[in-house]
Amino acid sequence: MLARVRVPREAKRGEIIEIRIAIQHRMETGFRLDNFGRPIAKNVINALVCRYNGTEVFRAEMGSGIAANPYLQFHAVAEASGEFVFEWTDDAGERGSERASITVTG
Amino acid sequence: MQADEFANPGMLWVTRGEKLWRTPAGSTGAACAQCHGEAAKGMRGVATRYPARDAHSARLVNLEGRVNLCRTRHQKAEALAHESEDLLALSAYVAHQSRGMPISGEVPAELRASFERGRTQYHKRIGQMNLACTQCHQQNWGKTLLAQTISQGHGNAYPTYRLEWQSLGSLQRRLRACYFGVRAQMPAYDAPELLELELYLAWRGRGLPIETPGVRR
Repeated sequence: MLARVRVPREAKRGEIIEIRIAIQHRMETGFRLDNFGRPIAKNVINALVCRYNGTEVFRAEMGSGIAANPYLQFHAVAEASGEFVFEWTDDAGERGSERASITVTG
Repeated sequence: MQADEFANPGMLWVTRGEKLWRTPAGSTGAACAQCHGEAAKGMRGVATRYPARDAHSARLVNLEGRVNLCRTRHQKAEALAHESEDLLALSAYVAHQSRGMPISGEVPAELRASFERGRTQYHKRIGQMNLACTQCHQQNWGKTLLAQTISQGHGNAYPTYRLEWQSLGSLQRRLRACYFGVRAQMPAYDAPELLELELYLAWRGRGLPIETPGVRR
């Protein structure tokens, strides 16, 4: 699964940083029918976790109300240099992950 | 949403296109980057000149058509299907390199006949609704059609992320949707009729900056 992540490359210790992630996904609601009238199985990204140097800083549980290609934005406090790791799964069991590193000064 | 590089969902396809640009394809095992180099240099301004005439076959091609010609002729790969993720990604990536540059809208002499057919098509009433493109997008833009504002019908942001589609789509997909809207028979993808219409639209929108990937409702 393709995703774009944006984390500031550098930050000062204690600074509040903005983290953004966009994932390419159809987010099939499960309410739609195909051309033959058969229901299309629900398939949405149901869970997304973001860890900062191993500590969970953000978790999202999504359902059929979220539009296709979900875009999430949240904040964290820069504490130490390291890595943000994003992991998510959809209803079909497909997993995706993305990572971004940050250098903290001061 | 469109101006924000990150919030623009179309950028997901551009990112995908950037990866494909460097991925070898076909029996020659060549990637786009091998011949064309860095897209930021080699592809800058290219999208402003399409649709254009393909010198080899003397036919009119749009950007998607050019990508596929490159694949079949030079990479010896299979042509990508219309509206496939990969074709949209590559054409969006190439068109994105021209972002902000004005559409040239120049019609070379050898395309004059195609252009005139496109102009005729634009002004011809079609379908059960008996409407021509011009009646909505030239004479009545800015007014509302039920709850929606009628656009000026420019193609400078395509391939565009359309909220209704929840996906990126080509100009031809949008044009076909208009055919459907006026209850006319939809031409097949890459039909001469659609390409000529694209050519006329490029001339009509000359000078407008390329906005690919646009975001439209």
